[in-house]
Amino acid sequence: MSEKEKKIIVNGKRPDGRKLDEMRDMEARAGVIDRADGSGYFRLGNTIAIAAVYGPKEMHPKHLLDPVRAYVKCRYNMAPFSTTERIRPGPSRRSTEISEVIKNALSSVLFLEEFPETAIEIFIEILQADASTRCVGLNAAAIALADAGIPMRDLISSCAAGKVDGEIILDVAGEEDCSGEVDLPIAYIPRKNSIYLLQMDGILKKDEMEKAIGMATEGCKKIYEKQKEALKEKYKTGEKKEVKKK
Amino acid sequence: MITQISTEYVRDMIKAGKRFDGRGFEDFRDLKIETGYVKNAEGSAMVTLGRTKVLVGVKMKVGEPFPDSPEDGVLMVNAELGPIASPDFESGPPRAPAVELARVVDRGIRESKAISTDKLCIEPGEKVWMVSVDIHVLNEDGNLMDASSIGAIAALLEAKVPELNEDGTINRDNMKKNLEIKEIPVACTIYKIAGKLVLDPTLKEESAVEGRLTVTTIEGDRLCAMQKGGQCGFTPEEVYKAVDISLKKGKEMRKKYFK
Repeated sequence: MSEKEKKIIVNGKRPDGRKLDEMRDMEARAGVIDRADGSGYFRLGNTIAIAAVYGPKEMHPKHLLDPVRAYVKCRYNMAPFSTTERIRPGPSRRSTEISEVIKNALSSVLFLEEFPETAIEIFIEILQADASTRCVGLNAAAIALADAGIPMRDLISSCAAGKVDGEIILDVAGEEDCSGEVDLPIAYIPRKNSIYLLQMDGILKKDEMEKAIGMATEGCKKIYEKQKEALKEKYKTGEKKEVKKK
Repeated sequence: MITQISTEYVRDMIKAGKRFDGRGFEDFRDLKIETGYVKNAEGSAMVTLGRTKVLVGVKMKVGEPFPDSPEDGVLMVNAELGPIASPDFESGPPRAPAVELARVVDRGIRESKAISTDKLCIEPGEKVWMVSVDIHVLNEDGNLMDASSIGAIAALLEAKVPELNEDGTINRDNMKKNLEIKEIPVACTIYKIAGKLVLDPTLKEESAVEGRLTVTTIEGDRLCAMQKGGQCGFTPEEVYKAVDISLKKGKEMRKKYFK
């Protein structure tokens, strides 16, 4: 394999003109799915995710019911048309694993003990994929949980750092994704300075890993603000919120 | 309730700096690797880590390469947490824990480029060797992640590539050529119990685990894969410390078992 001739990062400039530690533009909204108890939308560049939360509600199947805390169900799913090649509908090993790591990260901010014997369901749908789908999905889901009014310790935010052309960069996307050597997504709570989701693939030295985590935590801080903004926008005081009829 | 009491007990022990079997926080249990355990497999390894037992087998067959890498062999890792290994495991299709286990081991081998997949090409775009690594957990007593990762690389190091007859059938009678392995990825998982970082917990200790971080390392102080599990958070400083521990342990293991 000797396709390493053409560099895509030239003089610290990336294909889309971003700086090494610059994130793509983003957009966040709360309340996008009416039927759900809470929902969220998050867009990072060309990656778009929506998430819906149902519950706390009755737990099915009963044998999984937890007498001391709520059971969290999480489903990360990519729409078949979200990528260049169509994705076969239904769960895959990849989506099973991603659902699990997102579930763990989100569960850490929920007061599950307040809702024993119930289920909290989180559905994440990736509508358009251009790298970092698990991060964008998680960001949308955190908004959805807050929108659903489920007691939370904090919001949780996620983004990824990576390595392209030997450079550590924030938010790998587009062209960079194909020649990316490393992908390192994290989910982070700024106020606690703690990481709740962390995955990495590709070869890194320790100092590079530290740099990548440093960059990603800074990125998460920006996303955190964006998520907060979206929730504040929906729950602005002085404006009437549409009340659902039961 | 019983589990809750024993969980509290484990936490108290760890808080006091002690473990049931007298090990230090960064000590592994006795590790035994027996390769060539299954004669019919191209490569195999039985790993005994304390009372945890994992058998890993490698099988190869001829198949079609992926369109985006027409000259590369294919690696597949699968894990089975069958009911034989624990009363908590159920039969049926793999659930999240088995999928995660397989994918973490897979990532370590794949991302380190341990297998020279270009050497597994038979006919570009048409036929390549497909290498299946199957992780069979036989007795669950904690730290399946590390035991499986060690078993997988041990089985791959021992694996032989079958010959192809002229009619395209596979000849396994006299396999001489070893599978070409360039790196030895070793996963070391750092578990957090009562806020302390602990290695290689038994099942009893695992019940008190708040979070874990698996770091797979290769020669030259390099990392090739990481995976965090569990709900508890790690500060960046804890992550860096965990990585240091993994780098050190990986180096030790490679020296002791894979030289």
